[in-house]
Amino acid sequence: MIELKSVTRRFGNITAVDHIDLTIETGEVCVLVGSSGCGKSTTLRMINRLLPHSSGDIRVDGEDINDMDAQKLRLNMGYVIQGTGLFPHWTVARNIGMVPDLLKWPREKIDARVHELLTLLDLDPQTYSNQYPHQLSGGQAQRVGVARALAADPNILLMDEPFGALDAITRENLQLEMLRIQRQVRKTTVFVTHDIDEALRLATRIAVMDQGRIIQHDTPENILRRPASDFVENLVGKQDRGLKLMGLRPVRDLMTPHELPRPAEPGADGLNEEDSLRLALSVMLWQDLPQVAVFNTNGEETGVLSREILMQGGA
Amino acid sequence: MRVWLSPIVLITALIGLCLAMPLLEPVFQWVQPDKQSVIYQRESFLFLLQNHVMLVLISATIGTLTAVAGGIFVTRKAGRDFLPLVSQIASIGQTFPPVAVLALAVPVVGFGEGPTLVALVLYGLLPILRNTLVGLNGINPAVREAAQGMGMSPLQVLVRVELPLAGRIILAGIRTSVTINIATAAIGSTIGARTLGDPVIAGLVNGNTAYVLQGAILIGLLALATDSLFEAFERTWDQRFSPQAAGA
Ligand SMILES: Nc1ncnc2c1ncn2[C@@H]1O[C@H](COP(=O)(O)OP(=O)(O)OP(=O)(O)O)[C@@H](O)[C@H]1O
Ligand SMILES: [Mg+2]
Repeated sequence: MIELKSVTRRFGNITAVDHIDLTIETGEVCVLVGSSGCGKSTTLRMINRLLPHSSGDIRVDGEDINDMDAQKLRLNMGYVIQGTGLFPHWTVARNIGMVPDLLKWPREKIDARVHELLTLLDLDPQTYSNQYPHQLSGGQAQRVGVARALAADPNILLMDEPFGALDAITRENLQLEMLRIQRQVRKTTVFVTHDIDEALRLATRIAVMDQGRIIQHDTPENILRRPASDFVENLVGKQDRGLKLMGLRPVRDLMTPHELPRPAEPGADGLNEEDSLRLALSVMLWQDLPQVAVFNTNGEETGVLSREILMQGGA
Repeated sequence: MRVWLSPIVLITALIGLCLAMPLLEPVFQWVQPDKQSVIYQRESFLFLLQNHVMLVLISATIGTLTAVAGGIFVTRKAGRDFLPLVSQIASIGQTFPPVAVLALAVPVVGFGEGPTLVALVLYGLLPILRNTLVGLNGINPAVREAAQGMGMSPLQVLVRVELPLAGRIILAGIRTSVTINIATAAIGSTIGARTLGDPVIAGLVNGNTAYVLQGAILIGLLALATDSLFEAFERTWDQRFSPQAAGA
């Protein structure tokens, strides 16, 4: 658990972060969202003490971070930095193994862990272990950055626009991977972005920041349904809200299940249980269907979703 | 291994020529027919070479240690305040001609090897200092932040990340410094240091072109050998630390 109480950071005359209160529960993904310069990175850097806070209290699992050894604190916090910050003179494997190496893990254990993480992030260990950062594409470098942060299995993850500067498709893939990893390992995560869709997709709770203050701290659904101010309303897109709410819910929520899963007919297409209602609507509109079949991950047909129910209960 | 071939050949040629110079007497006789002695004999060439190299080596070692330590200090939190001053000295200092540095050293330290060494250290320090600053300041701030933010101690950040990344540029600074100092050390002969500049000075004073040639050829060869030695060093460094430059 991370607690910020009335935390302020000034740079000369600028107040970058202004008396913020924020509690991030263990295992929760808190997404900080807001426009450029609103103090997101500064907040993150105060949590791992790269920047001292001017006033207020920051506690990690109840202990004041100023009473802890800075290096020890950081070794237990994976940090993914805005712009990757991979070490250009080290191979991918050595980059990922950095924190385990600092923690003096035995060689074989580090190698095994690196292998495991590369596989987890969909990078072929054979191909990538011995490559250098400049040989990677932007998306691959960001994956390595994420793997490096996960390496020593820290309890806390701090991620500063880890998927910034990527094309929409790669970005979405990485978001899905992050959700998948999060389901597996459940880390207390503080995630910074200025992309509201990314925030809605990943967060258990979103903290909307503006000019160093937290305007609203709530679940994605509540942020959409009950924005605390015009600023938040504009950020989430006033007119777009219906679709965004649909984007939060999986097809499984509204489908009419079959009594038993049926094997799919060859060539049949439809939706996955995990797909969003928004996607379902899009498919129905485009193919002009009154209803679509829903499949589980094994490819069995588990139910159908009708347009009528979707329109009634979607948002 | 091939990178080391050319420095080895050049160094062998240099030492060989020092030893074999007397054998070339007929050639120099032809160059300078009106003189009885055409081979410089006051000291052996090997002794002069050795002395010359020692001067450069000692000054380069002191200069490198001082400049790199200074460069590191002014890029730390504690020394930040001195950074502008030190950068300025590093760039202005180099506009001083080496002869002027030597001339200024004499009244302070006297004649001989001593003042030459002082001048070499002071003068040789500057390119190294400048490159250390360029190298350390040129590191992507995100890389430094990642190193620190993931739990490296300040010393680990310096040794594992900053120095390897800045090292290539620092090495280039040492190369420049040493190259300049090989020439500057030769001028040291005018103030009593015994170097490969001796035959040149003696030749100029006595109007003996043969002497001048012998000194000049050896100094040139020494400069070439040193330069190719650094070339080999830099290649090796690239393979170890700069995958980008090495095209790995
Ligand atoms: N080291 C610093 N020195 C002075 N001012 C700073 C420093 N770091 C940040 N600031 C200022 O603090 C404010 C908040 O910066 P911060 O980096 O936290 O923004 P951000 O929300 O992360 O923005 P972005 O989305 O562009 O990354 C900005 O006005 C910035 O100029
Ligand atoms: Mg930022």
